Amino acid sequence: MPIPVMMEGDSTSTGVAAQPDSTCASLIYFSSVSGNTHRFIEKLGIEAGRIPLRTKEETLQAQRPYVLIVPTYGGVSGKGAVPKQVIKFLNREENRNLIRGVIGAGNTNFGETYCLAGDVIATKCQVPHLYRFELMGTPDDVSRVYEGLEEFWTRQLQSRK
Amino acid sequence: MTEKVALLSHVEAINWNRIPDEKDNEVWNRLVNNFWLPEKIPLSNDVQSWNQLTPEEQELTMRVFTGLTLLDTIQGTVGAVSLIPDAVTPHEEAVYTNIAFMESVHAKSYSSIFSTLCSTKEIDDAFRWSQENENLQRKAQIILDYYQGDDPLKRKVASTLLESFLFYSGFYLPMYWSSRAKLTNTADLIRLIIRDEAVHGYYIGYKFQRGLEKETEERRQEIKDYTYELLYELYENEVQYTHDLYDGVGLSEDVKKFLHYNANKALMNLGYEAMFPSSVTDVNPAILASLSPNADENHDFFSGSGSSYVIGKAVNTEDEDWDF
Repeated sequence: MPIPVMMEGDSTSTGVAAQPDSTCASLIYFSSVSGNTHRFIEKLGIEAGRIPLRTKEETLQAQRPYVLIVPTYGGVSGKGAVPKQVIKFLNREENRNLIRGVIGAGNTNFGETYCLAGDVIATKCQVPHLYRFELMGTPDDVSRVYEGLEEFWTRQLQSRK
Repeated sequence: MTEKVALLSHVEAINWNRIPDEKDNEVWNRLVNNFWLPEKIPLSNDVQSWNQLTPEEQELTMRVFTGLTLLDTIQGTVGAVSLIPDAVTPHEEAVYTNIAFMESVHAKSYSSIFSTLCSTKEIDDAFRWSQENENLQRKAQIILDYYQGDDPLKRKVASTLLESFLFYSGFYLPMYWSSRAKLTNTADLIRLIIRDEAVHGYYIGYKFQRGLEKETEERRQEIKDYTYELLYELYENEVQYTHDLYDGVGLSEDVKKFLHYNANKALMNLGYEAMFPSSVTDVNPAILASLSPNADENHDFFSGSGSSYVIGKAVNTEDEDWDF
């Protein structure tokens, strides 16, 4: 269930953030230094783990089922659509086993490759591509994802009974 | 032009092995990978389709493209170049030179379309129209004035609004034709321009935000107010321009939704919140689909029951794209 608190991985937050290599959040995201996806997460106000910016850094380890939010930067024919940092994160089997869905961020200007990273991950991990939004998301996107995630986790819990 | 664009007074040899802002390198590579030329697009396959348009539709199309030519010319010869003296890193300067050149490629592309589809007289008439249309000239002048002003952040705002907002009253039309299976090769070329403009708007908007971080709270507020004011001024003019062009074919209201939608994206590129509510940004799904096949509502798992969701098989993924 989404809990509105300050997210870890936010460099401006102080104190209580968990170790950077492990997260109990049910939402995990990647955002480059331009910070569009990070802004979306801030607006969402749900606890979220941020995949480290640099591939050299140790990647995150998820502790519980999660939804991944991933941006796609426009490429030709979608080559290299999934950010390297996200590949490193998903290359860990423990992380792959816990993914339940993916949300794509992008720009429709990129045509066929709009949110392609989300499609690639959904296909490879056999999870639904839950939603797509552009850049840092409109207020409508924020409320739809907030409510959508709440419903999604409720359904996940019910189907487990 | 009455004033000269300022030039750098000091230049150091650019070292691509020391890159202070990795975003410069990333965007440079993306722009280089996206490079294209109009000669690669088989525009002549559109001749038959062109001949099926009414004279009024042909005239509209040509006017739209001369308007776009003017904006690309401004961005190539003044806009992107005017950002160079404000660059923080030599790599940022290099990216602007790439953007400037690509804008000149865009401007030239419209002439390729014209020479393939139209007579010399028609082309001359359309260019004359673009020189005489008050609202088109006004939008060019507003932007040019800011490029010649002395505020680097305001220049970036004007540039991002041009890249991410002002083109779209024009881009609408080829997307509309394409959704009706008309001028589809021309639309393919325009999609390449649209893709480039997205990277340009993203990058200039990013550099704007980095610059803004260093400013005082008071100055940030000033820039924010300025941005919304300028957008509003441009928007009002854009609405008039849209009516000038599209009233005859009854598409003005549809175009305006596309304007609102893109104005929001321009603001987001600058790190600001969307201004237009979703009730006026509901772009015609055919236009959105023409822009991106993945943009329709069927791709929204949350809004449906979820039962309609099928895991896609259509995606081609390269092994090297992602190997476990």
